[in-house]
Amino acid sequence: MKNSLKEIATGFNSLITGMRITIGQFFKPTVTVQYPHESLKMPDRFRGHIELVRDPETGKALCFACKLCERACPSDCITVEGAKLDGAKKKSVTQYVLDFTKCSLCGSCVEACRDGAIRYSHAYNLASTKKEDYVMDLFKRLEDERLAAEARGEIIPTPAPVVAQASPPASSAGIAPAAAAPVAQTAPPTAEAPKVDQPKPVTPVQPN
Amino acid sequence: MITKEAIMSNGAPSETFTLNLGPQHPATHGVLRVKMTMDGEYIVRAEPVCGYIHRMQEKMGENRTYAQFLPNTSRIDYLSAMTYTHGFVGAVERALKLQVPPRAEYIRVITSEMNRISSHLVWWGAFLLDLGGFTPLLYAFDDREKILDLLESITGSRLTYSYFRIGGVYNDVDDQFLKGTREFVAHMRPRLKMYRSLVTDNIILRKRLIDIGPISSEMCRKYGATGPVIRGSGVPYDVRRVEPYSVYSEFDFVIPTFQETDSMARYLVRMEEIVQSLRIIEQALDKLPAGPVMAEKVPRVLKLPAGDYCYATEAARGRFAVRIVSDGKEIPYRVKLRTPSLSNLSLFEEASAGMLLPDALALMGSLDLVIPDIDR
Amino acid sequence: MQALQHLISSGWPEPLRLILFLVGILAFVGLNAAYLVWVERKGAARFQRRPGPTEVGYAGLLQPIADAAKLMSKQLIVPAGVDATLFRVAPLLMMSPALMSLAVIPWSQNLAARSVNVGLLMVFAFGSINVMAVMLGGWSSRNKYAIISAARVVSQNVAYEIPMLLVVITMIMVTGTMNLSEIVTQQAGAFWHWNFFRVWVNPLMPVTFLIFFICMLAETNRAPFDMAEAESELVAGAYTEYSGMGFGVFFMAEYANILLGCALATVLFLGGWQSPVGSLLGNPQGVLGNLLGIFWFFVKMYFLVFSVVWIRWTFPRTQFYGLLNLSWKILIPVSLVTLLLSSVMIKLFHQ
Repeated sequence: MKNSLKEIATGFNSLITGMRITIGQFFKPTVTVQYPHESLKMPDRFRGHIELVRDPETGKALCFACKLCERACPSDCITVEGAKLDGAKKKSVTQYVLDFTKCSLCGSCVEACRDGAIRYSHAYNLASTKKEDYVMDLFKRLEDERLAAEARGEIIPTPAPVVAQASPPASSAGIAPAAAAPVAQTAPPTAEAPKVDQPKPVTPVQPN
Repeated sequence: MITKEAIMSNGAPSETFTLNLGPQHPATHGVLRVKMTMDGEYIVRAEPVCGYIHRMQEKMGENRTYAQFLPNTSRIDYLSAMTYTHGFVGAVERALKLQVPPRAEYIRVITSEMNRISSHLVWWGAFLLDLGGFTPLLYAFDDREKILDLLESITGSRLTYSYFRIGGVYNDVDDQFLKGTREFVAHMRPRLKMYRSLVTDNIILRKRLIDIGPISSEMCRKYGATGPVIRGSGVPYDVRRVEPYSVYSEFDFVIPTFQETDSMARYLVRMEEIVQSLRIIEQALDKLPAGPVMAEKVPRVLKLPAGDYCYATEAARGRFAVRIVSDGKEIPYRVKLRTPSLSNLSLFEEASAGMLLPDALALMGSLDLVIPDIDR
Repeated sequence: MQALQHLISSGWPEPLRLILFLVGILAFVGLNAAYLVWVERKGAARFQRRPGPTEVGYAGLLQPIADAAKLMSKQLIVPAGVDATLFRVAPLLMMSPALMSLAVIPWSQNLAARSVNVGLLMVFAFGSINVMAVMLGGWSSRNKYAIISAARVVSQNVAYEIPMLLVVITMIMVTGTMNLSEIVTQQAGAFWHWNFFRVWVNPLMPVTFLIFFICMLAETNRAPFDMAEAESELVAGAYTEYSGMGFGVFFMAEYANILLGCALATVLFLGGWQSPVGSLLGNPQGVLGNLLGIFWFFVKMYFLVFSVVWIRWTFPRTQFYGLLNLSWKILIPVSLVTLLLSSVMIKLFHQ
C-alpha cells in the first residue's frame, strides 16, 4: 500500500516535470528556417552536382577529356568527348554530359580527376518540371557562364572555339576545324543520351 | 486469462483473425510487412515478411570495382552510414595490408561516433512517436541538425557520407570542425539530462516499457541478435571490445549492459551509449595526432589477392560485418554484408507470441530496425 | 442596446429567445471546433519549437477555413458492405450530445439557454451517447482496425464514467443543487470562494478537480488516453473508413466535447462566470455585466483547453491495461474516499 502510494506520488511528480519542460520550450524561439522565405548558407565543401573548372589565364576548361571520371563513376552518369585543336598537345573537351538523374553524389569523379578539372557546385535548390533539365551539359554551362560574365562587363579570356565531331573515338586524332564556327559549339545532349545507357567495360580507377 | 504460455502450449485458439500490418504503416519504420494472427488483442503469431526494399546491394558488389562500390555501403543503413563504410573499407585495407595513418583513424572514430549519436537520436524520436509522444522527435532532430551540419562542413553530405576512402579519409578536418564538435559535446550533455527528465523518468513511458517484451540471452544467441538488443539482455558483447578495430582500444569507455531484458533495458542501453560516444569523441579530440589523412602507397589498380577477408564493426544497430571473397581481379567475386537488423528482426516472431498488439509494437520499436538494412 | 437588454432579461417571447440561443450555440461550437484546430496546431508547433501554420492568412488563421473547405469538397464515400444507416448516423450521434449539453451551461448572469433544475444530470445522461456513437462508427465500418478501436473505446469510456460520476455526485452534495446556474451563483466573491478552494466542506477538493480533469481527458479520447485513435498502431482507429465531412464531423465533435468538458469543469470548480477579483471591478449588471461574465468564463475555459493541448503534446500514450488500471484501481477508490469524506464533513459541520 505504501509502495503504491509512493509510486503514485513519484509518477505524478514526473508528469509535472515533463509538463514544465514542454512549457519552457514553448516560450523559446523556433528553430525552423522558413524556406523559401529564408535560406541557409551552404558550407564550402558542400557536395552539389559537379561543374567544370576554368583556367583563369586562357579561359579554357581545364578538362582534357582523359575520361578518368567517366571510368570512376559507379552509376555511368558522365559522358565526355574531346578533340585536339590544331597544334595542341592535349585534347580539349568538347562535350561533358552529366546525367544527374543517376548521380549519387559519391564524389568518385572529383577524386579521380588528377588535374582538378571538375569540382562540386553549391547548387541545392534544383527544382524543375522537365527531366531534360537534369541531363546537364556542363561544357555548355561553362560557355553560358562566360557569355553571362561578358554581358556583365567582366573580361574572361576567350578560348579558341572547338567544333565537336559527330562521334570521334577518344583515341583518334580528330582534327577540329577551328575556323569561323559560332560561339555555341556543342552538340545537343540528346544525341549522346543512348550512349549513357550502354553497359560500359568496367575499368578500375584508383582514388588518390 | 490468456497468457503467453497458454497460447504456446495449447496451440492456436479456434477463432483467430489475420491482421496485416502492411508494408505501408506508420509504425514499421520502412516497408516491412507483418502478418499477425490475432485472438482479440493478443497476437498468436506474428510473421514478418521482408523483401519490399531489396536493392541487390550484394549483387552490385559483384559488378563494381572496390572503389565504385563504396557509395553503396553508405546506403545500406543510411542512419549509421559511416560505420558501414568503415566495415567495407576496413576489409579492403586488411586484404591489401594497408597502413592507415593515425590521423585518419582518429577522424574515422570521431565521425563514426557522431554518426552513432545521430542514429540513436533518430531511433529515440521515432520510438517515442510510435508510443504516442510526438514532441521528443522534434527535440531529437534539433540536436541531430547540429551533428549533420558539422559533418556536412567536412564531408559535404548530410546522410550518405561516402567519406572514408580505401587508405584513409577523403579530406582533412579543419579547426572549425574541431571547435564545433567540442561545442556540440558541451551542448549535448544537458540536453540528455532534459531527455531523461522529460521522457525516461515519465511514469507513462515506464509503464509502457518495463517488463514488456523480455528477450532472454539464449534467444539472442539463438538468433544472432547483437547490439543493444543483446546488451539489454545482460551480455556485454560489443565488437569494439571483443574484436577491437581501428583505434578503439586506445579509448576508455564503458559498455552499457542491463540485466532486465525488457524493452526498458534496451532503451537505457541506447541512451547510455550516447553518453559513452560523447566520452569517446572527447578523448579522440584530445588525442588527435597531426599528419596525413591518406595512406602513402595505395595502388592505382585495386586488385585484392585471392582469398577471404572479413571485417566487423559495431554499427548503431549491432554487429555489421563485411566478407569479401576475391579471386585476384579488380572486381570482387562476392561481397557478403552481414547486417544486424535481419538478425534482430528474426527474433520478433518468437518474442511476440502471446503479447498484446501495442506491446508488440513497442518491442519492435525497441529493436531499432531499419528496413533497408534487413533487405539490403 | 435596449432591445438586447430586454432580450436577455427574457422579456421576449420564449420560442424566439430559444431559437436565438440555439443559433448562437451552434455558431459558437462551429467556430470553436474550427479554431480549436488552429490552437492545437499552433500550440503543438510551439511546443516543438517550430512555427506551425503560417502561410494561409496571417499566422495561419485561415487554415481551418481551408481545411473545412477541403473536407467539404471530398466525396462522402460509403464503402460497400457497411451498415449504411449506422455509418451515416454515427458522426451525427457524436456531435449532438455536446450541442445539447451546452444548452444548460450558464455563460453569464442571464445567459443560459435553459436553466434546468437537473442540468448536471442531463449533461451526463447525454454524455453516455458518445460511447455509443464511436462504437457504432467503428462497428459499421466493416474494418478490423475500426472494430478493435471501437471495442477499446467502449471499455475505456465505461471505465472512466464511473469516477467522473462519483466526483460529480460529490460536487452535488457539496453544493446542494444540480442546477448549474445556481452552482455558479454560489461561488460569488473573489477567487477563494470558488469550489476549488472549498476545502472546509471537502478537504480533498483539488484532488477531486484533478480526477474530474483526468476523466474528462479519457472520456473525450484525448491523449494520453487516445488508444482508440492511436495513429501509429491502428491508422485512424474507428474513423478509418470515414472520408470528407463524415470525418470532419467526428473531428469537430471531439473538439466540441473538449469544450463541453472544460466548460463543465469551469462551472463546477472554477466559479463559472464569476470574476476572480470579486467586486473590485464594481458589480455591473445588464449588458456590460453579462459581457464581463462571458469574458471571465472564456478566460478560465480556454486556459483549461490550453492545458488539454499541453498535456497531449507532452506525454506518450498510456498502455491499454494501464489506462484501465488507473481508472479501476486508483481513480475509483480515491473518488469514493472523497465522496465519503465530504459526506462526513457535511454531516458533522454543515448541517
